Amino acid sequence: MLSACLLAELCVFNHFKCLSYYICHVILMFCSAACHFVYLPNPCDFLLLFQRSEGVWDDEALQLTQQLLSSNPDFATLWNYRREILMHLETVKDEDEVQKIYEAELLFLESCLKVNPKSYGSWHHRGWVSARLPRPDWARELSLCDRCLSLDDRNFHCWDYRRMVVKISGVPVDQELAFTDRLIGSNFSNYSSWHYRSTLLPLLHPESPEPPSPCHEPPQTSPPPSPQTHSHRVCEEQLLKEYELVQNAFFTDPNDQSAWFYYRWLLGRAEREEMISCVYVSRDEERVAVAFSRPVNAQSVGLLLVLDGQPQRVEWRSVHPRFKHSPVWICDLPPGTINDISNEHNLTVHWTEKHTHRDCALYTGRTESWCRDSATDQELFRSELSVEKTSVLQSELQSVNQLQELEPLNKWCLLTIILLMRALDPLGYEKETLAHFQTLKEVDSMRSAYYSDLCSKFMIENTILKMEYAEVRVFSISDKNLTTLCHLDQLLLVTHINLSSNQLQQLPPQFAMLQCLEVLEADNNSIENLEGVYHLPKLEEVLLKNNKISTLADLQPLASCPKLKRLDLRGNPVAQTPNVESELVELLPSVTDLLL
Amino acid sequence: MAAEDLPSEFDVVILGTGLAESVVAAACSRVGQRVLHLDRRSYYAANWASFTFNGLLTWIQQHQEESPPEEVQDWSGQLEEGDELIYLSNSDPASIRNLQVFCYASEEDEEEEADSPGPPDTTEEEEEEAVKETSETESADSKDEERTHQAVHIEGEEPEADQPRPSAAPSQSQPTRKKISYAQLVKEGRRFNIDLVSKVMYSRGSLVDLLIKSNVSRYAEFKNVTRILTYRHGNVEQVPCSRADVFASRQLSVVEKRKLMRFLTSCVEETEEHQAYSGRPYVEFLRDQQLGDNLQHFLLHSIAMVTEDTPTEQGLASTRHFLRCLGRYGNTPFLFPVYGLGEIPQCFCRMSAVFGGIYCLRHSLLCLLLDTPSNSCKAVIDSRGQRISCSHVVLEDGYVPANRKRVALPPRFVSRAILITDSSVLPSESEQQVSVVTVPPIAAGCPAVRMVELSPSTMTCIPGTHLVHLTCQSVGSAYEDLSPVVTRMFHTPESPDRGSRPSVLWCLYFNMADGWGAEPDGHDLPSNVFLCSGPDAALGHDHAIRQAESIFQKILPEEDFCPPAPNPEDIIYDGDNGSSSTAGGLEEREEEREEEREEECEEEKEVLEDASPPAEE
Repeated sequence: MLSACLLAELCVFNHFKCLSYYICHVILMFCSAACHFVYLPNPCDFLLLFQRSEGVWDDEALQLTQQLLSSNPDFATLWNYRREILMHLETVKDEDEVQKIYEAELLFLESCLKVNPKSYGSWHHRGWVSARLPRPDWARELSLCDRCLSLDDRNFHCWDYRRMVVKISGVPVDQELAFTDRLIGSNFSNYSSWHYRSTLLPLLHPESPEPPSPCHEPPQTSPPPSPQTHSHRVCEEQLLKEYELVQNAFFTDPNDQSAWFYYRWLLGRAEREEMISCVYVSRDEERVAVAFSRPVNAQSVGLLLVLDGQPQRVEWRSVHPRFKHSPVWICDLPPGTINDISNEHNLTVHWTEKHTHRDCALYTGRTESWCRDSATDQELFRSELSVEKTSVLQSELQSVNQLQELEPLNKWCLLTIILLMRALDPLGYEKETLAHFQTLKEVDSMRSAYYSDLCSKFMIENTILKMEYAEVRVFSISDKNLTTLCHLDQLLLVTHINLSSNQLQQLPPQFAMLQCLEVLEADNNSIENLEGVYHLPKLEEVLLKNNKISTLADLQPLASCPKLKRLDLRGNPVAQTPNVESELVELLPSVTDLLL
Repeated sequence: MAAEDLPSEFDVVILGTGLAESVVAAACSRVGQRVLHLDRRSYYAANWASFTFNGLLTWIQQHQEESPPEEVQDWSGQLEEGDELIYLSNSDPASIRNLQVFCYASEEDEEEEADSPGPPDTTEEEEEEAVKETSETESADSKDEERTHQAVHIEGEEPEADQPRPSAAPSQSQPTRKKISYAQLVKEGRRFNIDLVSKVMYSRGSLVDLLIKSNVSRYAEFKNVTRILTYRHGNVEQVPCSRADVFASRQLSVVEKRKLMRFLTSCVEETEEHQAYSGRPYVEFLRDQQLGDNLQHFLLHSIAMVTEDTPTEQGLASTRHFLRCLGRYGNTPFLFPVYGLGEIPQCFCRMSAVFGGIYCLRHSLLCLLLDTPSNSCKAVIDSRGQRISCSHVVLEDGYVPANRKRVALPPRFVSRAILITDSSVLPSESEQQVSVVTVPPIAAGCPAVRMVELSPSTMTCIPGTHLVHLTCQSVGSAYEDLSPVVTRMFHTPESPDRGSRPSVLWCLYFNMADGWGAEPDGHDLPSNVFLCSGPDAALGHDHAIRQAESIFQKILPEEDFCPPAPNPEDIIYDGDNGSSSTAGGLEEREEEREEEREEECEEEKEVLEDASPPAEE
C-alpha cells in the first residue's frame, strides 16, 4: 500500500500525468477504507499534487489544501500550491474580494498555528499573506505575536515574524524597547529579548560623538582614525541604566547565561578597524613585511609599495601557504634595490581599498627599519571590553566581586571578573587573574581546556605588554602552562623567543609571522608539529629538547629556513630513529651543530 | 421545589451546603450514591457564601434579628420499635456574632472637588456613624434606609435641575472623578460578590488538585492573585516572591536579591542545617541566615505567613508550600475564583446534581431517627415531616444540638472585616490587581492580620471600588481586632490625616466561629452521622477538603474520591443498547443534566487547566 503511494508521488513529480492520475484514483478507492485503521498519507495529497501539476487553481483546491494543512501545517508543497492559487485569484477578483480572501487566510493560519506554533510553513505563509494584503492590519498582527510570545517567549518563528511586522509597519523604536522591557520583566532568561535590546539601544541612544570638539571641523580633517573607533555604541547615560538592569538579572539568578552574555555585550566594543599597524623592511633579505590590524587578503585588497617615489611591482604573499587571509604579508624587492648600506630609502605602503598608507624610512648604515603602532599604544588587549571610563569599570568590578563573595563558585561571575580586571589593568591583576582561572578550571572542569587556552592568551598579552614597556625584541614566556600560541602577528619584530617549559603541542602556521626570529627556545614542551617554522629567513638556532617530535617528516619545515645552524633534538622520539643523523644532514645541510 | 414529596429513600443525606458538605455530595453522587442535599437557608454555601451588596444587607439583618424560638414537634408517631429521636437545631446563632456596620460613603452623588482641603466627612455623616455605632439600630432597617436614600436622592435632584447626568452612569468617564455614593452601592449592589470567608486558593493546594482531578474546575473561572504586599513601617510594599518579582524589585539591593534567591532555592530541599534548628523559632533561623531586616520580614510574614514563635520546621514547611505553588499559574502562588469564593461549593453541588444528586434549599431536617441497637441513624424527618430513610447522614456542625456537641475548648473565633474602598492600598499602572496583603501585629498582643484586596476584574465589586477582606484570629471582637488596622491603612473619619490612602466607603465587622477548633469526632452521635465544621481561619482550603475526603472514605471506603468526570463531548451514546452498563447509564444521565445546567449557566467559564499553561520547569 505504502509503496503504491510512493509510486504515485513519484509519478506526479515526473509528470507521468496519465499514469499518476490513474494510480491516484486506484489508491483513493482503497486508501479511504484503509486510512481508518492505520496511519497513511492522506490520499487527497496525491490528488492535489496532481492537480497542482495540472494548474488547477480553483476554490475547491483551496478548500482541499486547507483541510490537509489544518491537520498538518508542515507540508510546504501544499503551501506553495496555495500561494499559486491565491496569486491567481488576485488577478481575477477585485480588491475588496482579495482583501476578504486574505483575511480568511489569516484566520485559517491562526488555526494552523494552534496546531503547531513552531511550524515554518505557517509562519512563512503568514508573512507572505500579510505582505500582499491590500489593507493590512498591523496592530492585529502585533497582538497576535504578543499572544504567541506570552505562551512561549522563546518561539523564534514568532520573533522573526514580529520583526518583519515591526519593520513594515514602522513601530517606533522606543515602543519596541518598552516591549523588550516587558518581556525581560516577566522572564529574563530570554536571549531573544536581550538580543533585540542590543539592536534597539544603539538606534535609540546612539553614543555622542566622542570628544566634544569645540569647533565644527569638516569630517575629513577630524581627529585621525584612532584604533578604537566605534568604542561604545550606546551613550554613557543609557549604558549605566543597562548595567543596573543586567546586574539585577545576574544577582537574581547568576546561573542564567543570557544576562551574562548581554553584560559582555554591554562591556564590549566594536571590532577594531582595519588598518596598517606595522611596516618592516630588511636590507639583507631585501624584503618588506606589512602587518594589519586584522587578517586581510592582500592579493585582493590592492596593496601598493612605493619605494623612493617609485611604485614597485612586487608580489605579496602571506607568511604561510595555508593562509588566504593573514594579518602579515611579505614581499621581496627586486634584487639590488636596497642592498647598498650607504643608501637611504623611503618606503610607503598604500592600501588603496581603505585609502590609508604608512611610511617607513631605511636610513644609511641600518640593516633594517620599521614603523608601527605598538600594542601599548593601541591598548590592544583591552579591546575585549569597552574603554569606558575607568571609574565605571571599577564600580562594575566592585559589584561583580560582591556577587562573587556570595557565589564563590559561579563560573560566569569569575569569568566576568577576569574580563573586567583585564580591561582595567592586565598586569596589575595578573596574580588574581591566574587564581580565578584556577578556580574556574576546578568548578567547570568540562571546559578546563578552554580556560587554559584563554589563560594562555592573557599571559601572552601580558608578556607582550612587558616586552613593549622594556622596549626589547626578546619574548620570554617560560613555565606559564601555555597550551596555545596567539597574537603572533604582534611578534613580527621579535628576534629571540623563549617558550620553554610549557604545554605547547605545536608551533602553528601563524608562527611563520615571526619574520625576524633568530633564536627559538622551546625545550620541555609537548611539541609534535613544527609547521609554523617555515621560511624564517633569519632563524639560526632551534632548541627543542624534551619534546615529542617523532619522525623526520615532522622536521621537514625546518628545511625552509636557510640560516639554521644549531638544532637540539635531545629527548625526542625522533633521536632514537636509526640513521637519523645522516638523514638530518641530508635534510638540513646548513646545520652545523646538531644535538641528538 | 415543587410541593411534591421527595423520594423516601437515599444513600446519603447531607444537610448544609458549605464547602466540605458540597465536596462530599459531589464525591458520593459521582460514584453512584443517591444523594439528598438540603440547606435550611435560601442560598447555597452556608458560611462560605458570597452575596450581592443587597444580599449581604439582608444577611446582616437576619443575623441581627432574634431567631424565633424553635417549636419542637413531636415526631414519635414516626417511630418504630427500638428507635430514638435526635432533634436537630435549626438556627445557628453561635457561628456569627458582633456584627457592626459603618457607612462612610455620602448618601447621594457628589462631585469631588479637585482640592478639598479637609476630610469630606460632614456632620451628617458623623451623626449617621454615631447612630450606627450601636449595631442594633443599624441596618435593622436597611431596607428603610434604602428607601430614605432614594428619597434623599430625588430631593437632591429637584432643586438642582441643571444636573443633567443621571446618577447611574458610572461608566461615563469624567475629568473629575466621581465619588461613589451609598445610593450607588445599593443601586449597583447586584454587581458585588462579597464573600463571608476570605481565602485564596494555593495553586498546588488540595482544593486546586481536587478541582482538576474531578473536572469540577470546568464550572468556574479563576484569576491569579497578581501580587503579595506587606504593611511595614507605615507603608505598603510589594513582596518579591517569584524570580521575576525579585528581578524587578526596586526596594531590594542587588545583594539582597541574591541572598533572597539563594535562600528560596536552598530551602526547597531539607538540609542538616534545617534539622539543627528543629524546635527553635523560625525567626531565629532566619536571623542566622544573615538576610537583613527587609528579607526577614518578607520571609516570615509574607512568604511563610507565620508568627514570631512558629518553630523552624513549620516555618520551612509553609515556605516550601508557598514556593511549590509559585509559577504554576503565574507569579504568585494563589488563585482566586471569579465571582467570589461562594462559587466553589456551588460548583461541587453542580457536579453532584449532574450525577443525580437532589437539591432543596429552604428545606431542612428536623430530626434523626436512631436505630438504638446498632447506634446508627436509619432515617431522617425533613422539615415537611416526611420520613426519609438513608444509610449515611452528613451534617453541618451548626445543626447539631448543643447537648450532643462535645465542647472541649472555648470556641475559637475568626475576626472579619469587609471594606468597600475607593482605590487600592498600593496603586499601580494596572487597576486590576488582586493582592494578598500581610499585616504583621501592629503592637504586641495584637493578632497578625491578613488582607485580600479584590479589584473589579474578579467580578466581586463595581468599577471604581475595591473590595477588601481582613481576617485574623479573634482576640476581642472583630471591631476591636481589626479597626486599628483599618484606621491606619485606610482613610476613615477616625483616621488622623487623610494622606493618600484609600477611603472606606462602607464596612462591616463580624466574628465567625473558627471551623478549625471544632472537632469532627467525639460527638455523641450515631456512627453513621458525620459532621462538617465551618470555615477556618487559614488562607487555604486544605482543612475543608481534608475533612470531606475523610468523611467520604468513612462512608465509602472502597471508592475513589472524585474521579474525573467525563467531558460532555466525550460521551458516546449507546441508545440502541438497552442493557447498558451502570457507568453508561450514569454518563447518559450526566449528559441530560449537563444540558439542563448548561442552559441555566449564564456565563461560559474557562476550564482551570486551560487557564494558563503550566509552567512547571
